[in-house]
Amino acid sequence: MSSIDYQLSQLDLLEAESIHIMREVAAEFERPGLLFSGGKDSIVMLRLAEKAFWPAKIPFPLMHVDTGHNFDEVIDFRDRRVNELGARLIVASVEDAIAEGLVVDPTGPRASRNSIQTVPLLKGIIDNKFDAVFGGARRDEEKARAKERVFSFRDEFGQWDPKAQRPELWSLYNGRHRQGEHIRIFPLSNWTELDIWQYIQREELELPSIYYAHRRPVFWRDNMLMAVTDVTPADEGAEVFETEVRYRTVGDMTCTAAVESDADTLDKIIEDVAASRITERGATRADDRASEAAMEDRKREGYF
Amino acid sequence: MELLRLATAGSVDDGKSTLIGRLLYDSKSIFEDQLEAVERTSRDQGAEYTNLALLTDGLRAEREQGITIDVAYRYFATPKRKFIIADTPGHIQYTRNMVTGASTANLTMILVDARNGVIEQSRRHAFLSSLLRVPHVVMLVNKMDLVDYDEAAYQKVADDFRAFAAKLDIPDLTIIPISALQGDNVVHRSENMPWYEGSSLLHHLENIHIGSDQNLIDVRFPVQYVIRPQSDAFHDYRGYAGTVSGGTIKVGDEVMVQPSGLTSRVVGIDLFGEELQEAHPPMSVSVRLADDLDISRGDMLCRPHNHPHATQDLDAMVVWMQQGTRIQEGNRYIIKHTTRTAKTIVKDLQYRLDINDLHRDEKTTSLGLNEIGRLTLRITQPLFVDEYRRNRQTGSFILIDEASGATVAAGMVVDTDV
Repeated sequence: MSSIDYQLSQLDLLEAESIHIMREVAAEFERPGLLFSGGKDSIVMLRLAEKAFWPAKIPFPLMHVDTGHNFDEVIDFRDRRVNELGARLIVASVEDAIAEGLVVDPTGPRASRNSIQTVPLLKGIIDNKFDAVFGGARRDEEKARAKERVFSFRDEFGQWDPKAQRPELWSLYNGRHRQGEHIRIFPLSNWTELDIWQYIQREELELPSIYYAHRRPVFWRDNMLMAVTDVTPADEGAEVFETEVRYRTVGDMTCTAAVESDADTLDKIIEDVAASRITERGATRADDRASEAAMEDRKREGYF
Repeated sequence: MELLRLATAGSVDDGKSTLIGRLLYDSKSIFEDQLEAVERTSRDQGAEYTNLALLTDGLRAEREQGITIDVAYRYFATPKRKFIIADTPGHIQYTRNMVTGASTANLTMILVDARNGVIEQSRRHAFLSSLLRVPHVVMLVNKMDLVDYDEAAYQKVADDFRAFAAKLDIPDLTIIPISALQGDNVVHRSENMPWYEGSSLLHHLENIHIGSDQNLIDVRFPVQYVIRPQSDAFHDYRGYAGTVSGGTIKVGDEVMVQPSGLTSRVVGIDLFGEELQEAHPPMSVSVRLADDLDISRGDMLCRPHNHPHATQDLDAMVVWMQQGTRIQEGNRYIIKHTTRTAKTIVKDLQYRLDINDLHRDEKTTSLGLNEIGRLTLRITQPLFVDEYRRNRQTGSFILIDEASGATVAAGMVVDTDV
């Protein structure tokens, strides 16, 4: 940043906006929490939180909704990062919710715990009395998300009402809510997938290894490359083969697919992303393929 | 790379979707899976052409009713700049949504059909851009292919628009003849209009100077949060965190704190361990001062001889944004201005402004949804304000309904000497 040019770069502008949002929340809410999955967006969000409050520690706990079907590399990374920061991590566990009988573990050949995550997520919010919950969602990801506010009101059932959203002007955010209601906060709203990667490169942020190209056994399912794992065995009749892949998004193993890629460095990934003709969710997320409004329907119920 | 925020507004048939579709498509910002989904849905709905509005009309109700409910944000980038488009619909909720989109925009795009000329809606667009003090306005005379790329037809529309714009406060106006459908002057200069000597729309968007859109003169730093680590390494650290809302703050500068009026000197500007020499809008930093003063959220750092007006009375233009309720004298609200939140009561509704003919209706007693009026507010504690025309951050506020928590109005300070 030179002292003559008063125009910030796009990454500096986005960073400044996100930091502003995080400080507003820390100042105006009693008990914020930050959703941290170990995925690239939440890794960026965590760095922004570090910057917003430096040299103090991040003044709120982290929460991870763990389906029990996450990639080992991601869970290892999550725990290491939390230790480095000296942060407090709350795990809202889908396994526990199943054990307590709150939800039923889906069964069948393509069972996924993705949609039942909402139950432990909302339970985690209530148990910890969170009144603000940071999420890493971006507006460029998906069309329902394109219309969501930075401060997104949730009623006592955790529901989102897309038709009754508060207008959001200038940098004045309205966090009013009553006991039992909460606000989801999306500091990365205006970031694109490419911004995220460029920021990771600029800030030299460490990522779980599965974001980089690596060899693993996979099979094709609905034009998506699924890893062969304990919870996603190859479909009957599907050919299993080993190839070089990486992950563009990191979620539950049962609904996250890989892409064929030899991008094993950030430079190559950024080149890949800039040239990609398919959105990250379109390429790799089975959960969004259910219907035209799959994301909206899940969000209405309280999903991320 | 720089980032430019632009707002567009308009109805279905003025070619706005086509234009945005073309900008996104030509900058390769539409992805194959998105296009396939839109093509599939268009076919299912029996449409003869691909309806690009479906790209962001993602909500179930929007798809079912074929309308756009809300502000949609779209993102595209060229090798030169990154763009955020706040795309607002043209129906009845239009004013509320356009005001929202324009509040953060560097630039608004106003589309006019070359065959119809400047209509009521174009005037409304121009007026709202001016009310929200959007620094740059681009007026696009669209569908030039349907008037045979005729210079005289363009000139008439351009002259009409300039005549109206002269009554408003538009710092920078550019007019471009285009055909969004055929692509004339959108990305490349058109060969069909050799008489037009300006640049294409995209070239204009990529090159317009936005470095001076911010107020770089009057130092304004609303304190957002006080950072006190209480750790051994940073035992005595006390940083005032906030976003620079005006001017440039430099290490060594003498600053004044409102409301106390006490002064001190800047000894450090921090961003995550990096010590900066200066900060300017809209950087988010943490400022350290030489003296141990009592400063908290809602206070304002400024310069001893250049400070905002500390006042409990505001004279402001207000846009009412809630359906089913009205604002009138005697009503009470929560007011949010920079990092201060207080209570306010409406003392006087001076007039309602008709945004079609700029007529002032002084007999009005209340404002309803999408109506704009000038009013006087009395506030429970002083706010540190500038006129909105001087500073979009320290001159703006929102009103919140105390019972429902809803944001009900947007306000812009007109006069600080009430």
